[in-house]
Amino acid sequence: MNYEAVIGLEVHVQIRTRSKMFSAVEAGFGREPNTLTDAVVLALPGALPVINKAALDAVIKAGLMLGCRIAPVCKWDRKNYFYPDSPKNYQISQYDQPICLGGQVEIEQPGAARNVMGEHKSIPLTRIHLEEDVGKLNHGTSDSLVDYNRAGTPLMEIVSEPAMHSADEAYAFLTALRAAMVQGGISDCDMEKGQLRCDANISIRPVGESRLGTKVELKNLNSIAFVRDGIEHEIKRQLAVSERGGVIVQETRDYDGQTGVSQSLRSKEMAHDYRYFPDPDLMPVRVDEEWLARIRLDLPEMPFDRQRRFIASYQLPYTSTSVLIWDRELSVFFEETARISGQPAMAANWIINGLLREMGAAGMSLGQCLIRPEHVAELVVLVAGGKLPGPAAKDVFTEVFRTGEKPAAVIAKLGLESTSNSGAELENWCREAIASNPKALADFKSGKDSAINGFKGHVMKSARGRANPQDVDRVLREQLSKL
Amino acid sequence: MASEIHDQTVAELAGRLARRELSSEELVRALLARKDAVDDRVKAFNSLDADSALAEARASDARRSAGQSRGPLDGIPIGLKDVIAVAGQPLTASSRMLANFISPYDATVTVKLRAAGAIPWGRLNLDEFAMGSSTENSAMQTTRNPWDLSRVPGGSSGGSAAALAAGEAVATLGSDTGGSIRQPAAFCGLVGLKPTYGLVSRYGLVAFASSLDQIGPFARTVEDAAIVLGAIAGHDARDSTSFRADVPDYREELKQRRGPWRLGIPKEYFGEGLDPEVAAAVAKAVAYYQGLGCTIKEVSLPHTEYGVGAYYIIATAECSSNLARFDGIRYGHRSKQATDVVDLYFRSRAEGFGPEVKRRIILGTYVLSSGYYDAFYLRAQKVRTLIRQDFLNAFHEVDAILTPTAPTPAFRVGEKAANPLAMYLCDVYTIGVNLAGLPGNSVPCGFTSGGLPVGLQLIGQPFQEAELLAIAQAYERGHDWTARRPAL
Amino acid sequence: MASSDEIDIERVASLARLALSAEEKAEYTKQIGDILRHIEQLKKVDVSAVEPTAHAFPLFNVWREDVPVPSLPVAAALLNAPAQRDHMVSVPKVVE
Repeated sequence: MNYEAVIGLEVHVQIRTRSKMFSAVEAGFGREPNTLTDAVVLALPGALPVINKAALDAVIKAGLMLGCRIAPVCKWDRKNYFYPDSPKNYQISQYDQPICLGGQVEIEQPGAARNVMGEHKSIPLTRIHLEEDVGKLNHGTSDSLVDYNRAGTPLMEIVSEPAMHSADEAYAFLTALRAAMVQGGISDCDMEKGQLRCDANISIRPVGESRLGTKVELKNLNSIAFVRDGIEHEIKRQLAVSERGGVIVQETRDYDGQTGVSQSLRSKEMAHDYRYFPDPDLMPVRVDEEWLARIRLDLPEMPFDRQRRFIASYQLPYTSTSVLIWDRELSVFFEETARISGQPAMAANWIINGLLREMGAAGMSLGQCLIRPEHVAELVVLVAGGKLPGPAAKDVFTEVFRTGEKPAAVIAKLGLESTSNSGAELENWCREAIASNPKALADFKSGKDSAINGFKGHVMKSARGRANPQDVDRVLREQLSKL
Repeated sequence: MASEIHDQTVAELAGRLARRELSSEELVRALLARKDAVDDRVKAFNSLDADSALAEARASDARRSAGQSRGPLDGIPIGLKDVIAVAGQPLTASSRMLANFISPYDATVTVKLRAAGAIPWGRLNLDEFAMGSSTENSAMQTTRNPWDLSRVPGGSSGGSAAALAAGEAVATLGSDTGGSIRQPAAFCGLVGLKPTYGLVSRYGLVAFASSLDQIGPFARTVEDAAIVLGAIAGHDARDSTSFRADVPDYREELKQRRGPWRLGIPKEYFGEGLDPEVAAAVAKAVAYYQGLGCTIKEVSLPHTEYGVGAYYIIATAECSSNLARFDGIRYGHRSKQATDVVDLYFRSRAEGFGPEVKRRIILGTYVLSSGYYDAFYLRAQKVRTLIRQDFLNAFHEVDAILTPTAPTPAFRVGEKAANPLAMYLCDVYTIGVNLAGLPGNSVPCGFTSGGLPVGLQLIGQPFQEAELLAIAQAYERGHDWTARRPAL
Repeated sequence: MASSDEIDIERVASLARLALSAEEKAEYTKQIGDILRHIEQLKKVDVSAVEPTAHAFPLFNVWREDVPVPSLPVAAALLNAPAQRDHMVSVPKVVE
């Protein structure tokens, strides 16, 4: 029998705010243990929660970016369960009236080839709600130690419909979602810092069947690569169980990305009964059109929208756009460079092949780089105008990247100015080139214009790349016409 | 008798302090002496930090000498129910769970009292976590009624009521979730005010039932209650349920408001179970108001009989969640027997909580558990709507509603301890006010033939505390109940 | 409304994380049964057209701006901790 996998994701994203979700104490990562607490975070007797407005703004922004309906009224509920990292032993969350409903994440499926755009697909979302993060347990040999710094950090839970059918789709979903959250300034989504966490609900069913199979919840998918590997692994496991004639049991499994093995979490406890009820300490939130309009002003362009625009207005090839669109700053860098230089295709090439290579080699982010769009644009104009040959331009780029100096200054510093068109040196190099290549001369004279490139290569070698290609062309043709 | 310092009202003492006839330190020393003399019988105090009270009294005296008095409460000790946080002081909620807990922060009411110059005065006993109507549920001690030491002071704020009635304090704060200020005020012959929900911040009040809890004053007179209320009322950004209501000068308002008023008598509050002596005292009070020119009107609160049921669903559901934080992890009692972390929860909570708290947690957990939410909690919240609507309908016709505060005077220690439902039914006249979020004031309205105080409950419109206190004072002025003191 | 006057005390006590003795279980089951029978009368009320009241005076949009305040000092945060180590609260080892 042929089976298909059905995958739904629950993604937790920490919202980047200065203070916590329900307490005014600072939110942060990597601090000394228990230095970001107050009565509310520690759930001391008598402490009460107050909503952080910025977290609401952020989740509404996320909802609008993802095409959700923003509920006119949402409320807060308590999810009751005991765990040592949960100070109140209930989590303030949103149960039956979440702030965002519906929406979708656009993903691209693999294309026919690397340089061909794949089909696009919208993965529908069920909802997004706002809640608070828990503390962190550190396991010792004989005890566990609780650090409450993370407790109370604003957390969004984004729930997809069970609408993905492969690990690749889940990977694409998460990549697109992460890019959107980063570009919206909602979260840094650093999975190593736990700012984005993902659980997957996975089931299989015979192709053509519309009912869902028994789902297995896969937890601790704490890197995007592990999400793909873990889901891949779980689908294979379920298929194997099914082929053996076995039954898939509903359970929660823990995926270990290091070993590539998943393990059932033995649930000693009874089935969860969270006893949700409206939190009497908090009042509902009403979102009006004016509020939405204010946030709409601040919405970033979504990556695939940007891709469509780059292709349409800059005529960039698909492969270039798929490199540029995922990083908002890089896209802005490109557009600036394109605007100043008036050469979008060359600007894209220099950014992809020059800038990204240098950044990779230096291990730097764009924000840390000294090079600015004006620099790249200047270089592009010089190269396009034949004022700077390609090989030399690469050296110039490297130096501009390193120092942040203007290309003109670097060219002067490195003595890379093109030789002047009246230079005796150039005349000599050209004569030598023609004399040393009688075959090319014969070809040229018989009408094969491209044979001139043979001489050009020779001249450039003699000039160690410093000759102006236009001058070289002019002088060679002058000399050849006299022969 | 009333010339003793410890018997005087806040208004009298404030006058004497202002005229420099008395120092705050002398006042505190007089109260310390009184406490030493009677508290081994009354058992109102869980603890008292005399040194810090004396230090604050001296600081107050210094302010007054420097001409920097903060007002009528400067230098006046205010007793605090042991569920109101005071930084650096114990906060036990009269529970074994918090027997060793020290609060690292001040409740908002504590901050406000300090700002008015008042001195936090002791940690006053209560039914554990404010759950009870007799203060017998305290894990610390059983507080006695100063009018008859064989009887309960009421609850849950029994310590706050008894300390004041016994002259160990001159005003105190309690908290009221279903009658926990008004019923002990009635049992101990005091004025007790539960403010409108949202008028006084709950920040720093150990939560029992968040949608019902409210802090309020116990005082000897209506004027004293007005002074204390003025100091603690007002919006607090730390409490999301706090209301942005104007806080008038309640004491000044008393002078302005003269009636006559339209007063409603709800027939449902005078049925079965009402003690005849209580009924007679309340009837006399009604007649007195009539004599003042007030219009007396029978009103109907038809959903009254469902109040206890709705209340015990909502209050226990909220408490089951509010008390989940008491787990022996970050603070509180931790069992020494635990084998693992799950066992730690079970044992610490079993050892730390008393029987009534466990009973309510179990009931509250049950009504919220899967499959029961709609039948219990949601339905109770709908009944709550109807009860609230009853009151608002009545207020179309009347300015305030008059009822007995409790169906009986103070009962004997142990009398109802074995029957939780009978104990719950004591709250029948007070819980509707909490469900509807209204202000309720109990004022002394006489004594039984056995010498036990009887309370009259006045229920006012939302945020109309000034009017409610004026109505109460109109009655108080024509009687001398508030001048009487128990013989101890 | 549930008419069972016997609650599943084991399950409820387990959800509430309360260890109860056999006597307590019997006592609570009986007492809560009495209370539930009293509560039963709520069934008589027609609430079909009634909205629930979560707060007596509902407010909307009560929040604060995102301005951080200082943390409690670690010593104050751990002042009441029954067991602590390395500035963290120590609990029996949690097996996940």
